[in-house]
Amino acid sequence: MDTVTELRNKYQSGEVTPSAVVTSVLKTIKEKDVDINAFLDVYDDAITEAKIADELYQKGEAADKPLLGIPVALKNNILIKGKKVTGASKILENYTAVYDATIVKKLKAAGAIIVGATNLDEFAMGGSTENSAFGPTKNPLDTKRVPGGSSGGSAAAVAMGAVPVAIGTDTGGSIRQPASYCGVVGFKPTYGAVSRYGLMAMGSSLDQAGPLTNTVADAELVHNVMAGLDNLDGTTITDDTYPSLPTKDKYTFGVPRNFLAEGVDSDVLETFEQHLADLKAAGHEIKEIDLPLFAKGLAAYYIVMPAEVSSNLARYDGIRYGLSEEGDDLLGVYENTRAEGFGKEVKRRILLGTHVLSSGYYDAYYGKAELARKKMREELATVFKEVDFIVTPTAPTPAFKIGENEDPLSMYAQDIFTVPVNLTGVPALSFPMGNVEREEKSLPVGVQYIGPHGGDARLFEIGKIIYDVRKKLD
Amino acid sequence: MLAPMKREDIEHLASLARIKLSEAEKGSLEKELSSIVDYVSVVSDIAGNEADTTPVVGVRHNVFRADEITNEPDQYTEDIIAEMPSSDGRWLKVKKILKTE
Repeated sequence: MDTVTELRNKYQSGEVTPSAVVTSVLKTIKEKDVDINAFLDVYDDAITEAKIADELYQKGEAADKPLLGIPVALKNNILIKGKKVTGASKILENYTAVYDATIVKKLKAAGAIIVGATNLDEFAMGGSTENSAFGPTKNPLDTKRVPGGSSGGSAAAVAMGAVPVAIGTDTGGSIRQPASYCGVVGFKPTYGAVSRYGLMAMGSSLDQAGPLTNTVADAELVHNVMAGLDNLDGTTITDDTYPSLPTKDKYTFGVPRNFLAEGVDSDVLETFEQHLADLKAAGHEIKEIDLPLFAKGLAAYYIVMPAEVSSNLARYDGIRYGLSEEGDDLLGVYENTRAEGFGKEVKRRILLGTHVLSSGYYDAYYGKAELARKKMREELATVFKEVDFIVTPTAPTPAFKIGENEDPLSMYAQDIFTVPVNLTGVPALSFPMGNVEREEKSLPVGVQYIGPHGGDARLFEIGKIIYDVRKKLD
Repeated sequence: MLAPMKREDIEHLASLARIKLSEAEKGSLEKELSSIVDYVSVVSDIAGNEADTTPVVGVRHNVFRADEITNEPDQYTEDIIAEMPSSDGRWLKVKKILKTE
C-alpha cells in the first residue's frame, strides 16, 4: 500500500484517482478480511465520496484538504453519523450513531474517505481483540496469533495492506501495542491534544485517539488533522499549553534499565539493545535512568481505569438506546440488559471499578492510585530535565497466540511499558524496531519513544529520521 | 495480604453495578477479582498524603458558550427516537418506577 504522501502525489499528477483506489480498497477488504476479521463494517458508499474527490483533484481544488481521497478505517468506538457503531459490544449491536465525533468531522473536512469500521476488544478493554463480541481479529502476519489490542482491527487493517491509515484509541497502550504486534506505526498524543468528543468513553482521564500508519510522516499528517482545541471537550489543549520544544540534531535517550530487567523476552531485549546501538552510532546519547515508580504504574492503572470504566459504562442500561432486555421492574431491565449485553472482561472491570470506588476502599485504592500518578508525573519531570526521550520496547513480547493469555493478569502485563504514558498524559510513538522468530515465523516488535508533555512534534521529527529513512532504504 | 473476595462481596458489587451474574460468573469473578485486587495493592506502598488527590493529568478549563440554540428544531429528534428500545410517539417508554400498593 502506498503511503498517504505517495497517494496524494499520484492523485495530484493524475496517475490514479481516489475512486480507483477506494474501489481497490473495498475489493481488498472483501478478499482478505474473510481470514482476518479486521473490519466490522465496510462502507460501500465511500465510492460516492471518492468520485467527489476525483473531481476536486481534476479542478485543482485539493490544496486545503490534506487527506483528500485518502482511505481511512475507523475503530468502531468512534462515532460516525448514520453508521453502526457498536464498540464491539452486544449491548450496542444495533446502535446507529446520530452525530460525528469531532475527529471524524475533522477527517471528513480534510477530505479523508472513511471506508469502514474496525474491530476492537469490547469497549476497548483488552490487549488482543479477542474480547470482541463479534469474533477475534487475527494477525495478518501469522493468523494463529492475535493482532494485539484493543485497536487490533485498526492495526491489522494497515498491516494487511487494506488502508494506509486507521484510527485507534489508546487508554493504556491500545494503539501502540497492536502497532508493535502488527509491524506498523502507532501514535498516542499528549493528553488533551485530540478531542475525545464522540469517542465511547472508557477511562476519560486516559483516553486519546491517534493514527496507525505505515510511516511516521503519515502518522504526523493524520494527527495534525485530528488535533486541536474543541469546545465540546474541556480537556483539549492548545499549541501553547506546554512549552514548545525546539528540534535538535542529536538527542539524549533515557533507558530505564531496571524497569526492563524482568518479564521481557530475551530476543526482544536483544533487538532493543541493537536499536540503542544504532541510535548511538547515529550520534545520539544513551543515558541510563531510574524510574522506580513506573514499575507500579500497572497497579495504579488497574485502579484508575476500572474506576472510570465503572462510571462511564453506567450509561448502558437498556433505556435510551442499545440492547434492552425485559425485566419485572426497572431494576430488572437494568440488570438483565447489562448481564446479557456486556462480555466477561467488561463485567470484570466494572466490578473491579465499583469495588475500588466503594466506601471504605476509596482512599486505599483510588486515592493512592491518583497519588501514584502525581508522583509518577513528578518523577517524569525530573527525568525529562536530563533526557529528551525515554525509550523502551513497546511490549515485552511479540504477538502471542489466540487463546494463549487466558489469565487476566498475564494479559494486563503486556501493557507494562505503555500504561505509565497514559497515567501521566505524555505522548509516545511506537514503530517497528526489528523482528524475532517464533515457530519459524518472523514477527515484528516495536520500540516506544516517550516524550514530555507537548513533545508530539519532536517525536514525529525523530521518528521520521530514525524509522522512515531506514524503511525507505529496506 | 488482603482478605480474598467472598461470594457475598461479588454479589454486593454486582448489585451496585446493576449486573445480574450467573453462579458460574460469580465463581470465576471471586477468584479473578481477588488476585487483581491483591496485585493492585502495591500502590499502598507509595507514601504521601492521601487527601492530596487533585487530578494531575491534563489541563482542565471551563468552556463557556453563548446561551443560544445551535441546532435546528427537531434536527436530531427522529434519529434519537429511532434508537430508543421502546417509545410511544415522541415519548420514551420505561417501566414503572413507583409501586402503587
